Amino acid sequence: MEPQIIIARRIARELSAGMLVNLGIGIPTLVANYLPEDIHVFFQSENGLIGTGAPPEEGMAHPMLTDAAGHPVTALPGASTFDSAMSFGLIRGGHLDLTVLGGLQVDQFGQLANWMIPKKMVPGMGGAMDLVSGAKRVIVAMQHTAKGKAKIVKKCSLPITAIRPVDLVVTELAVISFSGGRAKLLETGPGTSVAQIIAATEAELVIANKVPEMQL
Amino acid sequence: MRALPVEQSVAMIPDGASLMIGGFMGVGTPERVIDEIVRQRKRHLTVIANDTAQPGKGIGKLIDAKLLRKTIASHIGLNPETQRQMMAGELEVELVPQGTLIERIRAGGFGLGGILTQTGVGTAVETGKQKIEVAGKSYLLEIALRADFALVQAFLADYMGNLSYALTARNFNPVIAMAADTVIASADHIVPIGVLSPDHVVTPAPVVDFLIANS
Repeated sequence: MEPQIIIARRIARELSAGMLVNLGIGIPTLVANYLPEDIHVFFQSENGLIGTGAPPEEGMAHPMLTDAAGHPVTALPGASTFDSAMSFGLIRGGHLDLTVLGGLQVDQFGQLANWMIPKKMVPGMGGAMDLVSGAKRVIVAMQHTAKGKAKIVKKCSLPITAIRPVDLVVTELAVISFSGGRAKLLETGPGTSVAQIIAATEAELVIANKVPEMQL
Repeated sequence: MRALPVEQSVAMIPDGASLMIGGFMGVGTPERVIDEIVRQRKRHLTVIANDTAQPGKGIGKLIDAKLLRKTIASHIGLNPETQRQMMAGELEVELVPQGTLIERIRAGGFGLGGILTQTGVGTAVETGKQKIEVAGKSYLLEIALRADFALVQAFLADYMGNLSYALTARNFNPVIAMAADTVIASADHIVPIGVLSPDHVVTPAPVVDFLIANS
């Protein structure tokens, strides 16, 4: 299975009925594809939509119904639309149950860096800082390493997105939680050994005697 | 409210003006007004908006034509030309978290001096800003934003200037409509008074100064 699919399928298991969820661009967007059909979740697009549905069929795109990347989407029954002040009121005001975002680095205290690489990539933070500061629960969806380099590090070398630590990081190799200021290995990826995870991780991990494999 | 042709509306904007422009990745941006700004070559503009769209679309057209001195936005990552001009020192870019940006504009339009937010605390965003402690939590003081002009795109405008919006084309539009000295609205459809019921008016007519007339 491709790394992105492993990550998306594992995160889909964190969603439950009735939650208000914001999915970022990239791997996070894939999470919606692996939700069991009998679970109804409200997906928010921060450009002003709750009830975001799959992309429309060919020829059915509405120019005024898009996701936060500007791509055409559909609106599910029960959807609502609103302005950006309302959208970020939902995010900061404690109404958003979960946000899933991509990451460049996460350090062993759970601090996330995902919005710029100085002098190389300065896209702007968009809604990321508000999402990490304000959502009730924050999950990072990212590949475990980039070009062989660890992304789960001792201390972020890139500018951080928020001081608030993330709750969970899901990679193709591991599920790691960050409660109590420590990085704890909760699950291993399919066919992955604990030794492989340690080798691919720079942060110090708290590891129990027996670590279960992630269920997809 | 006065209805004006787009040429006359844009002629009111001087070089060096600050503009708030509605839209999110070009969705909900007044394209006719943008095209006319390019045609009249208004220069040294400051644009306050969520993003700079893409080359050839919405605010991206103003970037392509190099009409901006500065932009205050939350995201420029999908417009490589904005990034190029920024790196080359041709364009000043102030990046603001999206929720903070919209609240700063809301504060500007609602008569508030600023807002307190936890967003950005402990990050590069807090540089040079006042931190205020309230009930044991640390907040950044983010000051209000206003502009000379708001360029608003609505879905429906009635003859009086009441506005309603469509789906995700609403975004920054109703908020910027409150935060500028002169509000120029453009609409997909201009409809008779009464078509918009009072409950469906999002921006009330008295805040709209000019409505772009159908050509």
